[in-house]
Amino acid sequence: MSDSSAHVEVRDVRFRRGERLIYDGLNVSFPRGRITAIMGPSGTGKTTLLRMIGGQLKADSGEVLVNGGDVGRMSRNELLALRRDKMGMLFQTSGLFTDLSVFENVAFPLRVHTDLPEAMIRDLVLMKLEAVGLRGARDLFPAELSGGMVRRVALARSIAMDPELIMYDEPFTGLDPISMGMILRLIKGLNEALGLTSLLVSHDVEESCQIADFLCIVSGGKVIGFGTPDELRNGDNAEVRQFLNGDPDGPVPFHYPADDYRQDLLTGVK
Amino acid sequence: MVSQIRSLGRYGVESIQSIGRAGMLFAQSVTWGGPGSAGFRDLIRQIYSVGVRSLSIIIVAGFFVGMVLALQGYNILVKFGSVSALGTMVSLTLLRELGPVMAALLFAGRAGSALTAEIGLMKATEQLSAMEMMGVDPLKRVVTPRLWAGVISVPVLALLFSTVGIWGGAFVAVDLLGLYDGAYWSNMANTVTFYEDVVKGLIKASVFGLVVTWIAVYQGYDSAPTSEGIGKATTQTVVISSLAVLGLDFVLTAVMLGGV
Repeated sequence: MSDSSAHVEVRDVRFRRGERLIYDGLNVSFPRGRITAIMGPSGTGKTTLLRMIGGQLKADSGEVLVNGGDVGRMSRNELLALRRDKMGMLFQTSGLFTDLSVFENVAFPLRVHTDLPEAMIRDLVLMKLEAVGLRGARDLFPAELSGGMVRRVALARSIAMDPELIMYDEPFTGLDPISMGMILRLIKGLNEALGLTSLLVSHDVEESCQIADFLCIVSGGKVIGFGTPDELRNGDNAEVRQFLNGDPDGPVPFHYPADDYRQDLLTGVK
Repeated sequence: MVSQIRSLGRYGVESIQSIGRAGMLFAQSVTWGGPGSAGFRDLIRQIYSVGVRSLSIIIVAGFFVGMVLALQGYNILVKFGSVSALGTMVSLTLLRELGPVMAALLFAGRAGSALTAEIGLMKATEQLSAMEMMGVDPLKRVVTPRLWAGVISVPVLALLFSTVGIWGGAFVAVDLLGLYDGAYWSNMANTVTFYEDVVKGLIKASVFGLVVTWIAVYQGYDSAPTSEGIGKATTQTVVISSLAVLGLDFVLTAVMLGGV
């Protein structure tokens, strides 16, 4: 892929949280109009990466370019405008407003950002809800929905303003197989129908490989593999293969670093 | 020893950082306007939820405080043969001190803690993050109307507290203890002044309202997004804002009386 087709580009990013260095010279670019799954062991900062792209966290150094503009250097209002017009994000816990009905949740960005007449807002909201199959649930409140439905409503809300880029943070966790299948189909369908650039953070290798055009494997603060699922599966990077196959031991050790086991047992000191 | 000094230093630095964050939150949320800012309707809704819903506790508490004041006052004044000053005593105590202070303390417990918990939960469930990612500034959308609702509600609640308290005092003094009602009311009318007593009390109450709500929204916004964090923040709201009200009360009284 050439650079001109990159929608999001991360250049030489370092990010530190407290004492821990999470990213040390991260370089990656995400192609426009494709689904890229960002995968890696827990705690490698995949969600952090999404939040840096969304501008909610700032990198300590380096650049995060969205459409060529550096998110880290934008003012508060520029950032809000970028997010309003160009970005959508689906959060792990969905972030639905619990005091608003399903309809009002999806209508929220439209009401806040546009002066559209009520009839048009109604049509738009119903179209978005129809796309996720929940037009009939418009009068329910988030507390009355199942986990899968909550996520579909949140998805409808994040596409309400027709973004170009949508980020999914762990969209499959805690879902039953049927709901998971629905979400998978929706992500793929939205990507194809609207040409959205989709970034997907997930642990679920099988599901992600089904729909992702590219996989981006992050570990130890760096990208250790980027390519199509098949390329990576058959590639020569042992750590990438270990991750994709789910082997318990390999380049990523099963044991947390420790002193010699035998020594440890014999010394008897705590 | 060294570690104790270190932890003391860390505590100091963290406290100053926290004050700084609270100041930034205030500066960014005190004005209206900006992307996705809250509107007049949101303000009204918040006044309803923090102000109107505090009415019952304010009215009941005010009535009892007034009754106790009259009972205690009567028993003291009767020794000096000056029970006719009872109305003055009850009304001045309420208007100048107990109305604003008690209303603010009750408000901190009833509405402040609820504000903290609400905002803390919105943060923990990523509602605030979701808002940000939709291009809406949560400070303007969530914090601003709540802050102003507090500033507007507390003076009104304080005035209601004093009014009901004066009635409560009259109920005990006139109806139960048999004081001549003309003495209770006319001495009050002769001594209470609008500016010195009522307006200054309302200024106090407005300041208390601002401080209590500010502490409440800050604690919620800054809370750790866990159930433990929200519990701690809610407690902090009540403790810090109660102390702040009592401390500020002395400062404001001293300034207004001009005696210090």
